[in-house]
Amino acid sequence: MTPQDRELIARLSAERAGLRVDPDKTYLLENRLAPVARREGFASVHDLVAAIRDRDDDRLAWRAVEAMSPTETAFFREPRTFECVVSEVLPDLAMRRPGGTIRLWSAACGGGQEVYSLAMALSESSPPGVTVEVFASDLCERRLEKAQAGVYSQFEVQRGLSARRLVTHFESLDDGFVLSPRVRQMVRWRRVNLMEDLSRLGQFDLVLCRGVLGHLLEDARARVLSGLERTLAPGGRLVLGAGESAPGLSPVADRPGFHGRASAARAAA
Amino acid sequence: MHPSLTIRRENGDMVKDMPRVKLALVIDDSRVVRKVARRILEDLDFEVAEAGDGAEGLAWCRTEMPDAVLLDWNMPVMDGLEFLQRLRQEPGGDAPRVVFCSVENDLDRVRSALDAGADEYIMKPFDGDIVASKLTLAGVL
Ligand SMILES: C[S@@+](CC[C@H](N)C(=O)[O-])C[C@H]1O[C@@H](n2cnc3c(N)ncnc32)[C@H](O)[C@@H]1O
Repeated sequence: MTPQDRELIARLSAERAGLRVDPDKTYLLENRLAPVARREGFASVHDLVAAIRDRDDDRLAWRAVEAMSPTETAFFREPRTFECVVSEVLPDLAMRRPGGTIRLWSAACGGGQEVYSLAMALSESSPPGVTVEVFASDLCERRLEKAQAGVYSQFEVQRGLSARRLVTHFESLDDGFVLSPRVRQMVRWRRVNLMEDLSRLGQFDLVLCRGVLGHLLEDARARVLSGLERTLAPGGRLVLGAGESAPGLSPVADRPGFHGRASAARAAA
Repeated sequence: MHPSLTIRRENGDMVKDMPRVKLALVIDDSRVVRKVARRILEDLDFEVAEAGDGAEGLAWCRTEMPDAVLLDWNMPVMDGLEFLQRLRQEPGGDAPRVVFCSVENDLDRVRSALDAGADEYIMKPFDGDIVASKLTLAGVL
């Protein structure tokens, strides 16, 4: 890759997804883009970037940006957060809203581990007297497809997932494991770029956005956060990853990762 | 979080709340696997003991109950499942958190290990992340 190639990828990642990509990290860029080049039939990463530049190929540009976004994930990452959702937050909402609907959204669901952790926990103990709707979205088309298929490698099902849950919710499939249709069908999917207008998505009681904010440029982070804030229903909570924060919102006491509008957080405490 | 106990130093001082180093027993008939497991467990601050089959493992447990057992399934003399069933009948034998660690990845086998009293199950090959994740789920890390 030439310096110009690397600059172009960094610029595209910033413009399209708000992602902070350091053009000096040659190795990282090569590493992430090589599989894209291979899949798309290019002899090298340089050829891929040349095609993006010269043909102004929008689809290829997106594939490159998607490949530059972070992938780190696991089932039941920050287990306390999931315990809170299932044993405190949802029963609480259910009590205050009998017969109603509770809407949850995994806003950067990656390969689906996060939202399926929620769905599995819900299928084990769902709050009585309410309908829970579970939505999941991601920027990356390929990751969404993987998530929807619900197929995981032996390595993936051993990170954060208990053996009891593995035998309860999964079946063997070829070299890997597939999640039961019952759990998969609890989730509705959509491709969403968090940089875009999110108001069309409606309002949610709980929005999980973990492992993304730290990878965004400062402006992008502010924009994504204010977009997410506006999708929160009254009393709704934004759930962030460990060490992440939202300037406009206050952390909720004793609920790791949970953030709410200042007044609402106080009222609930 | 380490369990604590009071110990007497050589000079007679009583030291309170010294974290006790946890003991992990690796039972596997492959020396290579035991070595890999030992390195991972030592990085997680365990003291490590090794046994080459279930019978040897059981003898170990009768001298000192470990906090965690990493247990292979198929071994000569006494296999992992028989070890587990016997361990759970020993006095104090329900205390160790037992994590199966086997090439068996058939879910029915995993299920029978759990039903026999295993706390967690690792399908080989494993790495440090998987061992840490499973020991955490088993409640011993
Ligand atoms: C590190 S993963 C985290 C997955 C999961 N939330 C977790 O915590 O385990 C981050 C995900 O954010 C997605 N992402 C990055 N930028 C995005 C954007 N602008 N809009 C939507 N998703 C984005 C990536 O595609 C990736 O799947």
